[in-house]
Amino acid sequence: MRHSSALTVLSMSLMLSACGGDGESTQARGADPKLPEPEHTLVPSMKIAEPVAWGEQKPTVPEGYSITAIATDLKIPRQTLVLPNGDILIAEGRGGSAAKLKPKDVIASVIKAQGNTQVKGGNRLTLLRDADGDGNYEVKTVFAENLNAPYGLAFADGKLYVANQDALVRFDYEEGQTKASGAPTKVTDLPSAINHHWTKSLTVSPDGRYLYVGIGSNSNVTERGMEVEVDRAMVWQIDAATGAHKPYATGLRNPTALTIQPETGQLWTVVNERDELGPDLVPDYLSSVKEGGFYGWPYSYWGQNVDTRAQPQNPDKVASAIKPDYSLGSHVAALGVDFSEPSMGEKFANGVFIGEHGSWNRPNPVGYKVIFVPFSNGKPAGEPIDFATGFRGADGKTRGRPVGVTVDPRGALIIADDLANTVWRVTRNQ
Amino acid sequence: MTVTAPSTYRYTPSPLHAILLAGTVPLFLGGLLSDIAYFQTYQIQWSNFASWLIAGGLLFCGLTLLFALVNLIRANHKAGRPVLYFVLLLITFVLGLINAFEHAKDAWAVMPTGLVLSIIVTGLAFIAAWIGLTNLRSGDEQ
Repeated sequence: MRHSSALTVLSMSLMLSACGGDGESTQARGADPKLPEPEHTLVPSMKIAEPVAWGEQKPTVPEGYSITAIATDLKIPRQTLVLPNGDILIAEGRGGSAAKLKPKDVIASVIKAQGNTQVKGGNRLTLLRDADGDGNYEVKTVFAENLNAPYGLAFADGKLYVANQDALVRFDYEEGQTKASGAPTKVTDLPSAINHHWTKSLTVSPDGRYLYVGIGSNSNVTERGMEVEVDRAMVWQIDAATGAHKPYATGLRNPTALTIQPETGQLWTVVNERDELGPDLVPDYLSSVKEGGFYGWPYSYWGQNVDTRAQPQNPDKVASAIKPDYSLGSHVAALGVDFSEPSMGEKFANGVFIGEHGSWNRPNPVGYKVIFVPFSNGKPAGEPIDFATGFRGADGKTRGRPVGVTVDPRGALIIADDLANTVWRVTRNQ
Repeated sequence: MTVTAPSTYRYTPSPLHAILLAGTVPLFLGGLLSDIAYFQTYQIQWSNFASWLIAGGLLFCGLTLLFALVNLIRANHKAGRPVLYFVLLLITFVLGLINAFEHAKDAWAVMPTGLVLSIIVTGLAFIAAWIGLTNLRSGDEQ
């Protein structure tokens, strides 16, 4: 009797956990995710990261690979760039000036801040150099400062482009420089009012002619009003020579990282989708970006799934919404993406690395790792593979949160960690 | 000609108690009117106004509830008005709190539940204030 009731309790708790969509395995990932019905609970489910220091610990990487911290004590590293000579640039900062409009905003900002670093953003670029190629980056120096929450970085034709939270700027760069020769030149202003999502992601076309800037929405789902969403939730194409811009693709809620597929020249992005529809909605995604394409926000998600919170609705826009290519699972908060190189090893040669900052809007946290999405014939194919894990430990404490990931053509993955204020480097063992 | 009512309850609310009690009504009413404006216009600022007015209503209502509780404990005859007044305020506060969480949802997710709750809470606050302040008036006549 006692035995059977214990079994009942066990099976019920298993059922409950299955219902809650707690485990990551129940998260729909891939090209055709199964989406549950939206939930509108009174209080959104939350689990905020509890930060602790790494100490002697490190992230876990696959067998045959090693990970090292190549820079610590940074001031909120976000995205990185590997220059032609192998030097690494790190954008450091924290932006956003969104007013707290409701009592909820006041409370939520206090809660969410607990899961982030307390360090003040550096508003600068730091340069790392490993002159002798031994994997030890012995030079760590400030390349440029007095920037305004720099995030996206790109390099082409001797020009270094930096996407501040309010403007795209350019430095002239000569190989071997460890310090910018002067203040940057403004290419164009970027939409910066409110900056609810302040990060401006950046990449450059292979010929250096066009820059692509990802601009996040000014709200979760229009709760700051439709008026403030002009020029938001889209990717701009900017003429590098003139600074002229046009919307390249729209309806992308928060395109936090952009990259170009080497063999095709196609633009790809990772997008953070909306919150507060339950633990398994809405999937964040990896997608190619079609010129002129509309991807749903705010009216619908994953194609034609209408979000009734955005009013008045727009059935025509919903009908035109493109389904993204590949679901990464809901709330993982993908903030970095880069295409791999054969130098990363056979298993990880063809595909993209993605940095996942980790969830808050979920009872069982997801993300908090770097994954690899394998590609075949130029498209995502198959299940994602964990590449760097342990950012959130089995003890429930969070030691780091991955942001930008950059593939060093010499065979290394650079990972920015904005909780531990560290930059990690993963290499193959020789 | 003095009125000799059956002595059920003869507490006169203090000025602070009266201010908090009476103030609850326009705060929740303001929230309701703002909800109606948002419902009709989709202008998000009305919803922001509603959120703060409801938060203010809850603050006033919660403090009034403390006064009502003290009165209830100190009343010689607890049945009838003292308990009715307290229970009405308690229900107003609890539904008001649920309404505050409802209003914490993003954009149109507030509707229509937020509007319906605002109507109920405003009605309850009005009745509670009526009952609570009726004693103030009868107290004056002594």
